[in-house]
Amino acid sequence: MTNFLMPSRRALLKGAGAGLLALALPAVVGAQAAPIKIGFQLHRTGIGASYGRWYERTATAALKLINDAGGIAGRPVEIVFEDDATDPKRGAEVVDKLTQQAGCDLVMGTLFSHVVMGSAPRAGELKVPYLVCSEGYHVASGALNRWTLQPGITDVRAQISTMAPWVAANLGKKVTMVFPDYAFGHDHRDFFTKAMAEQGGEVIAQIAIPPTETSFTRYFPQIPAETEVLYHVMVGPAVLTFVKELGEFYGTGAKPALFGFVDSLEAVDTATPGLEFLEGSHFWEGHPRVKPADAGEHEAAYRAAVGVDDNGASVSDAKDVSTYAHMFSTWETLYFIKNAMEAAGYTGPADRQKLVEAMEAITDLPYGLEHPQGAKRFNGKTHQVFGSQYISQIQSGKLIKVHATTIDEGLYPDAVDYTAMSF
Amino acid sequence: MAFGPFLLLALMEGLVTAAVLALAASGLSLVFGVMRVVNVAHGEFFMLGAVIAWFVTGMVPGPAWLAFAVAVVVAPLAVAALAALADALVLKRLNYDPEATIVATIGLLYMLQQAALTFYGPDARPVAAPFDLRLQTPWFGYSGYKLFVVLAAGVVLAGIWALMTRTKAGLVMRATQVDRDVARAFGINVDRVYMGTFALGAGLAALAGVLIVPITQAHYLMGGDPLLLSFIVVIIGGLGSLRGTLVAALVIGLSDGVISMFFSPTLAKILATLLVAMVLVFRPQGLFGTRSP
Repeated sequence: MTNFLMPSRRALLKGAGAGLLALALPAVVGAQAAPIKIGFQLHRTGIGASYGRWYERTATAALKLINDAGGIAGRPVEIVFEDDATDPKRGAEVVDKLTQQAGCDLVMGTLFSHVVMGSAPRAGELKVPYLVCSEGYHVASGALNRWTLQPGITDVRAQISTMAPWVAANLGKKVTMVFPDYAFGHDHRDFFTKAMAEQGGEVIAQIAIPPTETSFTRYFPQIPAETEVLYHVMVGPAVLTFVKELGEFYGTGAKPALFGFVDSLEAVDTATPGLEFLEGSHFWEGHPRVKPADAGEHEAAYRAAVGVDDNGASVSDAKDVSTYAHMFSTWETLYFIKNAMEAAGYTGPADRQKLVEAMEAITDLPYGLEHPQGAKRFNGKTHQVFGSQYISQIQSGKLIKVHATTIDEGLYPDAVDYTAMSF
Repeated sequence: MAFGPFLLLALMEGLVTAAVLALAASGLSLVFGVMRVVNVAHGEFFMLGAVIAWFVTGMVPGPAWLAFAVAVVVAPLAVAALAALADALVLKRLNYDPEATIVATIGLLYMLQQAALTFYGPDARPVAAPFDLRLQTPWFGYSGYKLFVVLAAGVVLAGIWALMTRTKAGLVMRATQVDRDVARAFGINVDRVYMGTFALGAGLAALAGVLIVPITQAHYLMGGDPLLLSFIVVIIGGLGSLRGTLVAALVIGLSDGVISMFFSPTLAKILATLLVAMVLVFRPQGLFGTRSP
């Protein structure tokens, strides 16, 4: 006879087994639901701080959508933001810290090209996927490594090769370039000069400006008088000074047509007093800041999620203008990660190599809420994504989209095959 | 562009640099002269002036000149008050020990800079110039406001000179500069003189910041360059000598304008730093400084 007080040996064993199972169950469930940790190398301070703030907001908005929809492969996702002070040396340390201390599965989010150049080698040594949102040609040029990819934004070379034919056909053929004197500016100098020559145009002067410069009037006398188009691409906190001083310099006198990369005006209100002389001038935009009349069906949802109004400013403060032409890259990179992790059956850091291979296998990224800037094509060999570019004109103080390019216009021959490199 | 207009533009740019520099550096020089304190946070007072000007002009309704006029008064006063507070809370407690105050002002530098980042943000924000005047020469256009900055700096510097040489406050400050113990023996409240001097120095930096902000925008990292250039000017001119500071600011400002236009801005910085090295080697007290006992 068995009773509650005197259980048989079998009942005791059964009970103990069930108890052990019950204890172990939460651990098993917990392991499945452990969050995926994405390290974000953020320009929270330093000259990239305006971009950093919006990169953080955009990535956080995408993260919320991804988690609300069930996370990645059923696991919740976390982003660990770490400030790199927009400094290359600190950048490498941040990659280290995010990977080794915070235990992130991968690292993403860097914009400034000198920080990318400083950080990518460390990511390669740690064998951690490093997904940059930087525009630089450094990924597709083959200068980096198998662990570094740029899946969220097109590179300067592609951008320029689509802009040069338009500039030559619509604005003029004698161009003077003003650009920052480091990697990003040099990409512009080299590719635009070449692309312009192919269009029968000519770059007649190249004016390189040190990245920490705060006053620009002294450089303007170097602009030759016969210049038809002034091509400007400036970055950093002094961009507004640059455009204002340019306006003062030309004043009411004759002036060349202006073509700029919106980097010269990111986070700056185009209706700022002193910028009137930009009226009628053209800008490249990665993603039109002012919502175009023919915007895609997901544009409104994307703006609402990030908290940006139809003019590209924060919904809570109309003076807080976003870095709209670039920040979509963090959103799209997060969805690219989701896509690749689910394809690779990613379970943890041991699968990092498998993850990079899955990323390299991705080709088409169709337009949708996952890719609100437009459809894209990823090149697994060069680790670079290709997409549409936009040209906007300042009309009544607002950037109005006037031209869009196709993906094919921005393609160029592969300069590297990362898939042939070892991990 | 022909040589003549090119040189004219270079000189005008140089003059603007010189004017702002003279204002900022005179504050640094005053603080060192009277208090023997090397104020590393001086550039941050400059930045605060610009940032506060942005806040003030945003709050004052009405025409741009009125908002700017309010900023010119409010920003330097606010910064001076902050400096007086820093003096009472930090410098005084360190007994104005030269080494300790350097470290303390480095700390102050970071606190002010990060506070600006937290409360003001990372963007460069514009402040409208009090008037919109552009001078159109046959070769190039030039901002009328920049010339106003030169004039305003001249007026303020004349005021400082009058304050130091023609008023009782100036007399007391000069007495403290010569020998603080003897000054104290004569009944001068040295603590109050120090607090006033530190506030005045910071206020001058802030005023320079307010004047420059319609040209370059307010940004939380803008204090770095003026600090470096102010030190260069003060070392060349002679620490504690207002006349030396003015002459050195003109030399550095104009040479910076001309050299960076005709050659490169980097060369201008190299030459300025080289000049500092030469002065330190051959005339350590500066061009107009007196050898300290």
